[in-house]
Amino acid sequence: MTNENGRYSEVYQLNFGPQHPSTHGVLHMLVEMDGETCVGVDTKIGYLHRGMEKLLESRTYLQGLPYTDRLDYLAGVNNNLPYVLAVEKLLGVEVPVRANLLRMLTCEIMRLASYMVGIGIYIMDLGAVSGVFYPFQQREYALDCMSALCGARMTQSYIRYGGVQADINEEFDATMQKLFDEVPRFIEMYHKLIDENEIFLTRTKGIGVISAEDAMDYALTGPNLRASGVDYDLRRDAPYCLYDRFNIKVPVLTAGDCHARYMQRMLECEEILQLIKEIYAALQAEPAGEIMAKIPKVLKPAAGEAYAQTENPKGIMGCLVASEGKLNPLRVHFRRPSFDNIAIFEKIMPGHKVADLVSIIASFDIVLGEIDG
Amino acid sequence: MEFINNIFVNIAGLIRWVFDWLLGLLGLPLGLTDVLMVAVYWVAIVIVCVLCALFYVIWERKLAGYIQRRPGPNRLGPNGWLQTIGDAIKLVMKEDIVPDKADKPVHLLAALLAFVPPMLALAAIPFGEGMAALDLQLGVVYVIAVTTLASLPVLLAGYASNNKYSLVGGMRVVNQAISYEVPQAFAILSVIMVAGTFNLTEIVHFQQQHLWLVCVQPLAFVIYIISAVAECNRAPFDLPEGESELTAGVFTEYSGMRYALFYLAEYCNMFVAAGLATTLFLGGFSGPFLPGWLWFILKTFVIMSIFIWVRWTLPRVRADYVLRFCWKLLVPLTLLNMLVTGVVLYILA
Repeated sequence: MTNENGRYSEVYQLNFGPQHPSTHGVLHMLVEMDGETCVGVDTKIGYLHRGMEKLLESRTYLQGLPYTDRLDYLAGVNNNLPYVLAVEKLLGVEVPVRANLLRMLTCEIMRLASYMVGIGIYIMDLGAVSGVFYPFQQREYALDCMSALCGARMTQSYIRYGGVQADINEEFDATMQKLFDEVPRFIEMYHKLIDENEIFLTRTKGIGVISAEDAMDYALTGPNLRASGVDYDLRRDAPYCLYDRFNIKVPVLTAGDCHARYMQRMLECEEILQLIKEIYAALQAEPAGEIMAKIPKVLKPAAGEAYAQTENPKGIMGCLVASEGKLNPLRVHFRRPSFDNIAIFEKIMPGHKVADLVSIIASFDIVLGEIDG
Repeated sequence: MEFINNIFVNIAGLIRWVFDWLLGLLGLPLGLTDVLMVAVYWVAIVIVCVLCALFYVIWERKLAGYIQRRPGPNRLGPNGWLQTIGDAIKLVMKEDIVPDKADKPVHLLAALLAFVPPMLALAAIPFGEGMAALDLQLGVVYVIAVTTLASLPVLLAGYASNNKYSLVGGMRVVNQAISYEVPQAFAILSVIMVAGTFNLTEIVHFQQQHLWLVCVQPLAFVIYIISAVAECNRAPFDLPEGESELTAGVFTEYSGMRYALFYLAEYCNMFVAAGLATTLFLGGFSGPFLPGWLWFILKTFVIMSIFIWVRWTLPRVRADYVLRFCWKLLVPLTLLNMLVTGVVLYILA
């Protein structure tokens, strides 16, 4: 391969991962490099494939539920929800109001926890290792809330068919108060620390720009989509559970670069906290009642197919459940947001330097458990 | 107090007297004392290097821990202070792996040579009144020349590893080092213009008589600190070692004791940079009440803590920005600084 100047140059292949400190898990990218610049990317996934969809076929519906937590393991309950909603469509049950509020509350708390990971790991991948400790402290407060309510920190399996597993208690009230006190202070501190940092700005502005058309063409969802200027949030535009009761404010940025994706998550953190407060207030105003509807002990949903979508921290997650009226589902398929999000790497990565590739991957906030399933 | 201030000078004097007496006893020419004293000074500098590495490895990790809201190492020794000894023992016990096709003599030589430039530089830096092993008239020029050598062992390491990423990393180190020599030298030159001498001890005396040169040359101080951080390959300029974007960078193929040598040499390099900053800008060993060498230790401690603080706070700078920052920002600033200094000195003279 010769250059225009008549000099001989060769494109070489660089293996990014799967063992790599900055690829957010076992992501393998075969990058073709011309010197320092990337000219082609081939993403290879599957290093964390656990056969989840196949496994769910040989488990009953209740046995299969804890498996779903492990998809996006940073936000456990968010993954229960699409599966449960799809099965409930087949069962034809109506979920009580209190259970819906609890579902929304836990999903929003884990959304906040997941955004903390995304923010912290992004700063760490840029080189400022200390930047990961502070968001993880906030994640600890969120996980304490979940631990008090659901009994588990990471993979809760809290959302069950017909409702939720447990109601709120006093310990939960105390941890929620701690959350409300600490997170606003943290967000303010992080804005002051990171936003104007010269090095941070040079490494994130103008890197990995995705236009709104490209974002929609490649089926980007979640904060990555909203950072490119597309105003779409499933909670507001196609509400599930009881989201239509609340005023969901959705920040939208138009730059579409890594900086915009980072700022999108920071801005959304404030909105999520506000939403958590509103849901919590609604929950306390609600009279004590049922947290689970009446469903049969042995679950045999009606034969047919059902698909349910929810807005997860990483994007839109959907679950298709095909049932034959038996104890096990015939087929379960998940529409995983990170899986669709990384398809755009082949388009935006060429032309960037090696250090920018790390910045781009980290700004997408992917989870390999979700990509590989 | 006068005794403690001069304690090391007195010890050197005592050893010299003992050598004189021994040589007189053996009938050898007394000129040999100077030769033997060189060995003594060398041992002293090695002790300084070892102590500084011992202390600053654990201090960096504890300070990093405090910045990150955690205690840092706190198991080995009281509150964790014996951690470096544990680290050194662990690294010594590790298997010494050298790649098959690597250049074996150069591979070892690079690790050994890493310690030489900081030791050479420490010979000329005055730790206290009369405590510079080499009181050179051109002390500043000597130290600048010797600290330039510090990037060569890294290049040797990159070459000898037979690993294309190590080679690229090594070349980047040299790139960075020679680029940041320029603003570093110009910043130091501004100080020399004000002080009027290249002799490091004389510069400290100048600061004792007048005022600390950091007040006269604040811009030069900041630029010197930035250049020193880049010279020592510390974050935010730590492309060679923090190259978690490629592999472990230059030191990929170094394990065990060889890696330990580079690791400790890095702290000695930082100590030299901090020592030079103290001598040129912060008044060296001058200060009330406490002995001079204690003031020197405290001031270098502050500068080293600034290095550590900057490392654990800022993100890494991309490779092309490193050079862009140096040539397009720092060099014009230092030239401007020298111009203004020169004009002011001319007006005042």
